[in-house]
Amino acid sequence: MTLKLEVDQASNSTGPWRSESTGEGRRGFLPAAILAAFVVTPVVVVLSSILSPSTDVWAHLWATRLPTMLASTATLVIAVGLGSLILGTSLAWLVTAYAFPFRRVIGWLLVLPLAIPGYVLGFVWLDTIDFAGPIQTAWRGQFGRGAWFPQVRSLWVGAIVLTLTLYPYVYLLARAAFREQSAAALDVARTLGCSRWQAFRRVALPMARPSLTAGVALVAMETLTDIGTVRLFNIQTVADGVFRVWYGLANRQAATELAALLVALAVIVVVAERRYRGRARFTQQGGRTRTVEPVRLTGVRAAVALAACGGVMVVAFGWPVVRLIGWALEAQRTDRMATMAGNFTFHAGNTLRLAVFATLACLAIGVTLAVLVRRSGRRSTAAAARAATIGYAVPGPVVAVGVIVILAAIDRSELLPGDVLLAGSLVGLVYALAVRFLAVGYQSVEASLGKVSPSMTASARTLGAGPWRVAAAVELPLARAGLVVAAALVTIDVMKELPITLLLRPFGFDTLSVWVWQMTTESLWVEASVPALAIVAVGVLPVVVLVAALERVGKVQL
Amino acid sequence: MAGALVLAACGGDGSANSTAAPAETSTTAQNQSTVNGTVTVYTGRHYGIEPVFEAFTAATGIKVRFTTGSDPQLRERLKAEGKNTPADVLMTADAGSLALAAADGLLASLDSPTLTAVIPEALRDPDGRWFALSRRARVIMVSDRVAEADQPTTYAGVGDPAWKGRICLRPATHPYTQSLVASLIKGEGTQRAEEIVSSWVANEPTYIDSDTKILEAIAAGECDLGITNSYYLGRLISDKGSFPVRLVWPEQADGQRGVHVNISGVAVTANAANPAAAQALIEWLATDGQQQFADVNNEFPANESVSPNKILQTWGSFRVDPVWVGEFGRLQAEAVMLLDRAGYQ
Repeated sequence: MTLKLEVDQASNSTGPWRSESTGEGRRGFLPAAILAAFVVTPVVVVLSSILSPSTDVWAHLWATRLPTMLASTATLVIAVGLGSLILGTSLAWLVTAYAFPFRRVIGWLLVLPLAIPGYVLGFVWLDTIDFAGPIQTAWRGQFGRGAWFPQVRSLWVGAIVLTLTLYPYVYLLARAAFREQSAAALDVARTLGCSRWQAFRRVALPMARPSLTAGVALVAMETLTDIGTVRLFNIQTVADGVFRVWYGLANRQAATELAALLVALAVIVVVAERRYRGRARFTQQGGRTRTVEPVRLTGVRAAVALAACGGVMVVAFGWPVVRLIGWALEAQRTDRMATMAGNFTFHAGNTLRLAVFATLACLAIGVTLAVLVRRSGRRSTAAAARAATIGYAVPGPVVAVGVIVILAAIDRSELLPGDVLLAGSLVGLVYALAVRFLAVGYQSVEASLGKVSPSMTASARTLGAGPWRVAAAVELPLARAGLVVAAALVTIDVMKELPITLLLRPFGFDTLSVWVWQMTTESLWVEASVPALAIVAVGVLPVVVLVAALERVGKVQL
Repeated sequence: MAGALVLAACGGDGSANSTAAPAETSTTAQNQSTVNGTVTVYTGRHYGIEPVFEAFTAATGIKVRFTTGSDPQLRERLKAEGKNTPADVLMTADAGSLALAAADGLLASLDSPTLTAVIPEALRDPDGRWFALSRRARVIMVSDRVAEADQPTTYAGVGDPAWKGRICLRPATHPYTQSLVASLIKGEGTQRAEEIVSSWVANEPTYIDSDTKILEAIAAGECDLGITNSYYLGRLISDKGSFPVRLVWPEQADGQRGVHVNISGVAVTANAANPAAAQALIEWLATDGQQQFADVNNEFPANESVSPNKILQTWGSFRVDPVWVGEFGRLQAEAVMLLDRAGYQ
């Protein structure tokens, strides 16, 4: 039950492993590199066009929209990243370190906003607070027709909406980290005279730092590549610019150059994350320790805690769901639903199937890479794994085109037997989703695995277990929380995903998000409410199952 | 080109409407006997197409398999798939997309007397690579609060400083905005088009990326006027019974161009596996299926022998900009760059 704090002063490499890495290192790098190449090729294919830049488009963009794009992208990413960090971490600490009524239920309810796609939350709130919506109508009734009201289609409202859908990334990882922490560490801090707040700030928070930064990095990537929500709020980001150029100027070349700029921005995020994670490594020994003992809140304090969690829930989940239900009831009354009504199980079934396959693919690749990196301990292996996650920094439609180019090339080469075509097959679609979302799986697994002390692995190795046996029997069980979180995040991401599914799905394989899109592109928001609600309902499933698993991982009933 | 086209929207049985009708039925019938199997469609238009395809299958026995997507993405997919593409037919919601696909060599030339007879010249490719199926008029929408004497009658009129802070427009990212500006470039020249767009921008428009939302904003009083496709108002009226927004056909005075009209159209792909079935589908959609295809979305039929539905008829007849719709594809990039320069969001 001891906690070991290792500070590697020499470099950023994984200290104790270097002694052992000579033998296993080489073995780790090659498979990692091959696996990474497998995943990263479609993105490289698309981005390779930057080798012959189209300067005239850049000159035009620089003179017109590019400065705005860069400024609003930076502002948005920082705002959403900070917002999610603060909201996610404080909620996670609240439900881990304090006991108040309904805490257990609230603990997993707070993950639910993740099940709502950003563009759905954005649309519901826009509908609620825009000029024609109930709030402004009441406002005008109170203060007169010309009464001032803040601009609702703005970067700041967009940032709030994105924060509300993305904070669960930080929350989940932070909560897993706080749960993995041994109470002993906090007890020691308290006996050394720290207040509870100081213990949180000086012990719990630094120990959770790898998870927190991993969460914020995920949020930043999601924000960088978002195209649906930013458009609702008229935020001209670089990702939005990719499609202005691609679709508007019909210039894929210049569009991929902008996409490459997006990747460069993502690299900045990743480097910042690595920096901030810092040299300090916090590992713990043993898995079966006593976790943090929550402090019971009573009276006003309990009410405040409850109100804080409840407020977030209402804004990020409750109201959107209520509004969608209202629309869904309205939609039943119009005849446009008639052809759609029978399709619910079909669409939901496809969505679930796709989510399961894609999640398994992401986890398999993610875990393999994470274990290889740990095994090898070389920077080159870590770099290869990192490169494999690049798809997350590229907007979905760009990944989709990269994948279809690769798949179609394989199809044309006639390497495959007979009539088998990869383009438009389920295999191709799952592959594309793995390219896009591998980062989500890898990030969480790697963060959790990093907290398993190398000496644990070393002990197991000394006892004669092979490297993969150690991974299966020692490391991965200890990193269970990270695995569970990874599975949940990927599942939900895939369910909400649209552009890749839209382009690469097999004939007739329509998912819920495709259904939503078919309605919303025709401005049929009322009709879109039914599948949107279904995405939320289906998205709740993995949240419930996985959060329940997360509770068990914590060992101690909280 | 046949000068200005007049859409007769006053009862479907005018004499001019029936000229092309007799020839087409026989051609379609002939195809039915020789063609079968399945036709595969990539479609960027999705609203209400399923029942139309079902009706086609019921009429011809040819099955339809389709997948939906956005126009540019489906174009990329066709391009990547090359000769392996399963698609026989490409269907889009915008003329520009078809013109760009044709320019990329993705479409096959079709020699169809049926189609050349029923689809006006301005609404199809001269080489037979694509054909319009329906027309979508982009018009000025005015709040009922605005007096009729004050309402703008041209697209340029929306930029009148009197409307500062009172207009709602669709962002530059949308193909409807792009093709409208392309038509301005074609009709008025680049310089004048840029002046017009700049005058809109100077009016500090509220940008809303949904025609329906624009109409709702006008109804609620956020704006006094906006520019949207006509059928969105049709939909709101048929849903709600009445709606406090009226439609103004712009550019109708002598010497003016007429209303900007985009199309939703269709083409046979260059590598179609079943081109005969593809042609049968397109010919059916332009003739026997034309009424259903246009009505399902309150659009104007491309085939002029078919009358628009009742709601469209209540808006009266109007004159259409006679420009060849393929220009919208050719001028799209120029329009987008113009919008960028003018600072239009």
